[in-house]
Amino acid sequence: MKRDNPSPLVRPVRNESGIEIQPLYTAEDVAASGGLEMLGEPGAYPFTRGIHPLMYRKQPFTMRQYTGFGNAADTNRRFKFLIDNGQTGLNVAFDLPTQCGLDSDDAQAEGEVGRVGMAVDTLRDFETAFDGIDLDRITVSLTINGSAAILIAMYLAMAEKRGFDVRRLRGTAQNDILKEFIGRGTWVYPVGPSIRLVGDTIEYCAEHAPKYSPVSVCGYHIRESGATPTQEIAWGFCIARAYADEVIKRGVAVDEFAGRLSYNFNIFGNLFEQIAKFRAARGLWAKIMREEYGATQPGSMWMRMIAGGGGGGLTLEQPENNIVRGAYYALIAGLSGAQTMALCCYDEAYTIPSEYAQRLSLRTMQMLIEEMGLAETVDPLGGSYYVETLTNQMRSEMERIIADTDAAGGIVKLVADGTIQSRVSAQAYRMQRAIESGAFPKIGVNRYRSEREETHPVEMHPYRADDARAQVGALQRVRVERDAAAVARALDRVEADARSGVNLMPAIVEAVKAYASVGEITQRMVGVFGRYVEPIRFDHREEEAVS
Amino acid sequence: MNSTTRKIKVVLAKPGLDGHDQGAKVVVRAMLDAGFDVHYTGLRQSPQQVVDAALRHDADVIALSSMAGSHLPFCTRLKPMLEQAGLGDRLWVIGGNLPAQDHDALRELGFSGVFQTGSRLDAICDFIRANRS
Repeated sequence: MKRDNPSPLVRPVRNESGIEIQPLYTAEDVAASGGLEMLGEPGAYPFTRGIHPLMYRKQPFTMRQYTGFGNAADTNRRFKFLIDNGQTGLNVAFDLPTQCGLDSDDAQAEGEVGRVGMAVDTLRDFETAFDGIDLDRITVSLTINGSAAILIAMYLAMAEKRGFDVRRLRGTAQNDILKEFIGRGTWVYPVGPSIRLVGDTIEYCAEHAPKYSPVSVCGYHIRESGATPTQEIAWGFCIARAYADEVIKRGVAVDEFAGRLSYNFNIFGNLFEQIAKFRAARGLWAKIMREEYGATQPGSMWMRMIAGGGGGGLTLEQPENNIVRGAYYALIAGLSGAQTMALCCYDEAYTIPSEYAQRLSLRTMQMLIEEMGLAETVDPLGGSYYVETLTNQMRSEMERIIADTDAAGGIVKLVADGTIQSRVSAQAYRMQRAIESGAFPKIGVNRYRSEREETHPVEMHPYRADDARAQVGALQRVRVERDAAAVARALDRVEADARSGVNLMPAIVEAVKAYASVGEITQRMVGVFGRYVEPIRFDHREEEAVS
Repeated sequence: MNSTTRKIKVVLAKPGLDGHDQGAKVVVRAMLDAGFDVHYTGLRQSPQQVVDAALRHDADVIALSSMAGSHLPFCTRLKPMLEQAGLGDRLWVIGGNLPAQDHDALRELGFSGVFQTGSRLDAICDFIRANRS
């Protein structure tokens, strides 16, 4: 069953990244793919086996379900429910007006306030949302991008007001705007000023909140938009390099900030391909940071990640199948050495997850740690001929994609002109056709569907228009109560600093402390920066899915 | 019907603030392959922008893609504006994350084609060919 002597009974198989999969792997395959040069020991360069020597034996992955809806009080209640059920971190969902930099009383926000996440207008909302939550014990991740600078400022200001030492405050903001241009779409400003703002947050946190992770670079949404697993990592790394370059050009040394960069990757798809993807990525990121950026601190070379979600793999059809998929996805993340895990809930193709579905996802992760032995041994698949060969092959493929991206002008150019967007949407189209034809199997979708599906109704999350009206009322009360002169001064400073090019974070922090709103601060920056205009392209129609 | 002489013109819009455009772009590509003349608006379209795009491109078909749950309030605002602009005789369709309990309401608002996530691309294109004004 060697590669040069395939059995005629064995059909060729390629994984989504385009790598041909053999029916059997031996030591010869490992050697031919590059050997064990990049394996190393856990906790040591190149960190392929994990970033810590003991991994989950010392500390299991953080469990952090994505949550938020309605107003800050609604969300605070759900946070406490999850913490009471054993969740160890929070991952906050914001509504679309907040994500797009609009106040709840903006005309464009009509019908959207509190719908897909928590509505935030001013610091008052953050005070309510995190009331009674121990910010030392529970680390908080903010899923926010276009308005990330403002919400990071609010989080720091809220913690400071409650008496926390911001220099010791941990937590994460997503704050990856380049991927918003590729998928997810909550951009505000054009590409250039958007990258500047990411640089401002990294530079500011390195100085004032050195334990805070100001960016979580998301291959996740690029994959959801149609990228292959190797493209997900390669383009994620290209984006992280773009942010690093932005900070380094200001004179900040790489080891002063690189240790606080983190990642968010996807876990749906072929199990072995995903595990090899993460192991390959850890080694490659360490190599990039050491060889290309001259990082010397191990922390600067660590690819720390939340691995989770998997929404792209879940199906509307036969929704209970998603419970089982979620268990496999969690297994993937656990076998891959993720620092943090979040699982999409089985009802997410329908609605905002119910408490019932959230608890099932949480229990799934807890079972891995407490029943299945996932926490006992580091990198349990290390040394498998198959996994090591595939890890080497995936890493080579990622390096090729990065080199091709650089040669074509770099990720910033290819995002600004819409090339990446067109590539991934062409791939998503081909995948959809492959699912519809049955060429790409999807259980319950193009396989094993019965004429009369037995359906169990999914509990739909109610949208309460009253909550939206209450949010608008609360914002208007804050506007009356706050010191109008202080707000005006702070907003003028935001505009002046946006224009002059200095770091915007001190001005934004001053503005949020004065209870200026997300929309007011955003408007001042839009006045200077303008708004992003999407490049709309539908080329790449003839290209191969993997190239 | 003059389907042999003139390409079917579709304006496909992303209403509201929802940024999930993977599905919309997949449907655009399917419509291009089906030989339709498609104008994709991009994200964050207000009802007025949808009306303007439909008028500017003289659309036979006005298509919306909504994934984030605001389809009913948006379509409720859009309906009278489309009618006032003289676009009441065009084919209106909507696709995306649309709970079954909302389908009748969407049809009553005039969206005769309602395509839930998981709809086949060819079913969408066939419906448009069969029903366009």
